[in-house]
Amino acid sequence: MSTLVIKDLHVSVETKEGPKPILRGVDLTINSGETHAIMGPNGSGKSTLAYSIAGHPKYNITQGEVTLDGENVLEMTVDERARAGLFLAMQYPVEVPGVSVANFLRTAKTAIDGEAPALRHWVKEVNAAMDNLRMDKAFSERSVNEGFSGGEKKRHEILQLELLKPKIAILDETDSGLDVDALRVVSEGVNRAKETTGAGVLLITHYTRILRYIKPDHVHVFVAGRVAEEGGPELAERLEAEGYDRYLTTATA
Amino acid sequence: MTSTVDNTEGLTTDHSQATADAAHTHGTGGGVQGSRADRLTSFNLSDIPVPSGREEEWRFSPVSRLTPLFADNLVSPAGAVSVTAAPEVQVEVVGRNDARLGKAGTPGDRTAVTAWNSITEATVVTIPREAVATDATYVSVTGDAQQASAAHILINAKPLSQSVIVLDHTGDALLNETVEIVAEDDSHVTVVSVQDWNEGAVHASSQRITLGRNARVKHVVVTFGGDLVRITPDAEFLAEGGDVEMVGLYFADANQHQEHRLFVDHAVPRCKSRVTYKGALQGEGAHTVWVGDVLIRAAAEGTDTYELNRNLVLTNGGRADSVPNLEIETGEIEGAGHASATGRFDDEQLFYLQARGIPETDARRLVVRGFFAELIQEIGVKEVEERLIDKIDEELEKSMSVITGTQA
Repeated sequence: MSTLVIKDLHVSVETKEGPKPILRGVDLTINSGETHAIMGPNGSGKSTLAYSIAGHPKYNITQGEVTLDGENVLEMTVDERARAGLFLAMQYPVEVPGVSVANFLRTAKTAIDGEAPALRHWVKEVNAAMDNLRMDKAFSERSVNEGFSGGEKKRHEILQLELLKPKIAILDETDSGLDVDALRVVSEGVNRAKETTGAGVLLITHYTRILRYIKPDHVHVFVAGRVAEEGGPELAERLEAEGYDRYLTTATA
Repeated sequence: MTSTVDNTEGLTTDHSQATADAAHTHGTGGGVQGSRADRLTSFNLSDIPVPSGREEEWRFSPVSRLTPLFADNLVSPAGAVSVTAAPEVQVEVVGRNDARLGKAGTPGDRTAVTAWNSITEATVVTIPREAVATDATYVSVTGDAQQASAAHILINAKPLSQSVIVLDHTGDALLNETVEIVAEDDSHVTVVSVQDWNEGAVHASSQRITLGRNARVKHVVVTFGGDLVRITPDAEFLAEGGDVEMVGLYFADANQHQEHRLFVDHAVPRCKSRVTYKGALQGEGAHTVWVGDVLIRAAAEGTDTYELNRNLVLTNGGRADSVPNLEIETGEIEGAGHASATGRFDDEQLFYLQARGIPETDARRLVVRGFFAELIQEIGVKEVEERLIDKIDEELEKSMSVITGTQA
């Protein structure tokens, strides 16, 4: 049982005009086995929350704390956070030319586990996970994210989720750019990872359609850098019908 | 910009990968350069004077450090040249008047002409007609740090032969060298020149290649060591159907100058050339220069050429000059293009890898190995490939200690 606790998190980014606050006091608690959806309009700070937790150097934490099972996440380097059990499926995965998917996955698994996986078992596991995500075997010989289609990049992110088995997974707009079939395949992958590892999931999305495949226990509406409303799955249904206009008028009022 | 490309139908010029960067020049500021066809070449010392450093072919070079090699009385024979040959391959040491010498191209700059005029003897490696060498042949060259000296090596691949020759430069040196590669009709030869000098070494090498009918040459340059290394590979097609693949990898540390100037002369129809050079730089004063001249003369219909240079700047304080230069005198060609790009280490790649639990040092190693990976596989000589991977790791340890603040 793991718990990620985010308390009063304030984050800003450097701009030419000086520091610009993006998150203005975020409180969230995610336990193993739970699925939290964070929804909100563009520019509300959803992705900033994801990258701040992962430790991207662009974001400055100005206030608040983030702990995983009581450990101070904000004091950890990016790789330490991943080894502690955090995972971020990125919206725009980065190309790494000349590094094969197979080499990358094995290197990451070795780093996370602290020892190299037993070769035969590992190859089997990778092949099975790729099969489940309808990924061709030849995929593992390609360079990481280089020349991948949008759908291939997202499958590759979820492949890592399944293989690295984090305690808490943050999915940043994993649904963007996916057609209906790919969305279903990717969602099945997330559900499988949840079932087998009991991971807690923080699902960041603009749209409700992914929530037809991945059922959230909690829905948080993000507006102007903080949680504006919280509820159960019914809140997502209401957003589907009404959109975000209601919050935006309040926010600017 | 020294890149000159005629706007003839059927040409492709890929400049899409080029990025503007302070550590990257694109041939600006050098004044107007004449056609490569007009460059003076000669075996006579007096025709090519000591350069001032303002000449097109010397403008990137620290000429003062090369001064000893401009002298007309270099010591010969230089250091030691020893050969471990494949059983099918013949090795001789011959006097400077041997009729086989000086047949591949003509010296085109001061160091090339002083090297030619200084030598008293040369090492000739012959791959006999139809011979298929069962092993790589290793030519080991060491020099002398005190005496400016000259060496000459001729690699003669007779018709229908197949071979791999590795030139291995190690130790100390103040060396001015000529390497002639004569690939006769239908021969296949791979020549790998490794510059793994000790600190302090200064090395100039004119590597002149001629290709006969349907000859195939793979020319690989690997430069790591030495204070100053300047290699000028020239490839000249003598008959139709020639195919040259020129590959280079270099890794420059603080205050190292590594210069690679290539010239591919398409003078006859239906030949193919591919040039791919990649380099990494780290440390204050690391300087790399890549100049790729390709000339497609009017007679060279059906030419197919492409050249690419990429540089990866790992730390602040380095400078990569990259000048592709394509001259086209006929539109009746298969294809002609070039690409040049110099970039800094991508922090987003680092973040992505670290976000998967991979520590920073390992992540950097992955990225740099990845940058060179495809070229390393191109070398085709396993021993050299493995040594190269070890060298890259060794070099990275140095920059890592700068980044992490630990002692190497």
